[in-house]
Amino acid sequence: MTAVPRPTRAGSGAPPPDPIHWGRGALRGAALTYLLVLLVIPLLVILQDGLQGGLSGLWQAVSGRVPLAALWLTLWTAAVMAVISAVMGTLTAYVLVRYNFSGKALLNGLVDLPLSIPTLVTGVMLVVLYGPQAALGGWLLNVFGWHIIFAPPGIILALLFVTYPFVVRAVQPVLADLDREPEEAAATLGAGGWTTFRRIILPALLLPVTSGTLLSFARAIGEFGAIVIVAGNIPLRSQTAAVYVLSQVESENRQGASAMSIVMLAISLSVVLLVYRLQSRGQRGPAE
Amino acid sequence: MPASDLEQDAVRGRRARLLDAIRRRLLIGLVAAYAGVLVLAPVAALVFGAFSQGLGAVASALSQPDVLHAFGLTLAIAAVVVAVHAVFGTMVAWVLARHRFRGQSLVNGLIDLPFAVSSVVVGYMLLLIFGRTGLLGPLLEQWNIKIVFAVPGLVLATLFVSLPFMVRELLPVLQAFDVEQEQAAATLGASGWQTFWWVTFPALRWGVLYGVVLTFARALGEFGAVLVIGGAIQGLTETATLYVYRALDQREYAGAYSAALVLGLLSLALVTGIDLIRRRAR
Repeated sequence: MTAVPRPTRAGSGAPPPDPIHWGRGALRGAALTYLLVLLVIPLLVILQDGLQGGLSGLWQAVSGRVPLAALWLTLWTAAVMAVISAVMGTLTAYVLVRYNFSGKALLNGLVDLPLSIPTLVTGVMLVVLYGPQAALGGWLLNVFGWHIIFAPPGIILALLFVTYPFVVRAVQPVLADLDREPEEAAATLGAGGWTTFRRIILPALLLPVTSGTLLSFARAIGEFGAIVIVAGNIPLRSQTAAVYVLSQVESENRQGASAMSIVMLAISLSVVLLVYRLQSRGQRGPAE
Repeated sequence: MPASDLEQDAVRGRRARLLDAIRRRLLIGLVAAYAGVLVLAPVAALVFGAFSQGLGAVASALSQPDVLHAFGLTLAIAAVVVAVHAVFGTMVAWVLARHRFRGQSLVNGLIDLPFAVSSVVVGYMLLLIFGRTGLLGPLLEQWNIKIVFAVPGLVLATLFVSLPFMVRELLPVLQAFDVEQEQAAATLGASGWQTFWWVTFPALRWGVLYGVVLTFARALGEFGAVLVIGGAIQGLTETATLYVYRALDQREYAGAYSAALVLGLLSLALVTGIDLIRRRAR
């Protein structure tokens, strides 16, 4: 045994001695029961409800014109958001790590702001700014003919706002830890700034950018508070999957609500699992 | 010709420095413009929107009895949710950090589930269990227990969506904690509880506090799940976010904007406040 105390990590090593010997089983039982009741049972109930008619029943429930349009709108707006987020999130992280400038603390605060603002409030903010009665919203509509509110651009703006920290905070620590020597070597050898960025920095950032982007995509699939305010609930035009579920619950169409819920869960969870897998492979990679 | 070589190098160096400076300006400007349009402009718009009719309008909109009830209900739900998660979240984090059991990584992944589930779906899942035609519906009716369209449903929904925060704050602290301190305490004759109270808990203090604040802030802002499970009944299950939703719908903009501003400021103040306290403590 080494004399150096080692922090225990989940999933490796022998169990450390527990100071509370009594009630060890009771503690674990209580903790797991809590998770079972609060998380697992609701999940199983909705799966059972939505899959009663099998996968074909599920497909039948979501393949109508309205639910398909809602699903398609959710997917494409999330995809557009993800692309913009990947680029601007990476640039934001780059500026925050590499440059010193006045207002840097403000920028840093703005990145975290969306996490501490209720998403419904985000929606209200966007309506105040871009609504047809608002100064800016009215101007954009009259001069350019752009509809922001009750239209896809509003949805994309809301999603960009809500997920702004995801890519930035994934990239920032990796970029800060990045060894500067290869970049300096490349510059000495005559590589321009863009070449250095593309050939040396970008490959190192691939994993954090990808996982941040995928997580923001998964988050966007289920976003509700900001979108229902910004996009309203117009079937075939501005109704997203989450808002569709709400409308089906309200009109007591249980089959439709359960089916769409399961489709959303399946998309979000598979994207999150993909991120877990990428990250665990990335962590194992350099060690081997 | 070494002299002209040197000269060329100098020119190249100067040009590279100039390009660097231009790139720096461009990138900072681009990012600042993006963050300004995306985040700062909407925040400023809400602040101006709320105060556009004067302080008096804000004050009178916020002192309506239904608004006060909505905020009171939201704060009460958040307090209950924080208390439950403080106890059970600590237990879950403890078990994940200190125990070894089969399926542990599955349980660890399960903690993040609420991040991946839409809040509307959370409310709907609870409706499928506790609703009139739900799994436990007949039983609840027989015993005359009201969960759906009542406060207990709001609490359950908020519990679901805010579960990860406490555990995710405490788990790394517990994992980094030096177990030898506990062993030393035990060797000196401390009981299990004494060790926890005097040795382990002080080390967890900041983690617990941070988890409590994040859970509270998340609970304040919950909207989709409480809308579905609570039905937004005015004066009964209408929380602060649900009031904002109704006020917007009824075009009571003064009330909607003021209440939204208060909600946003409250969450923001909580999260930034705890950040500042923690930074100063270090």
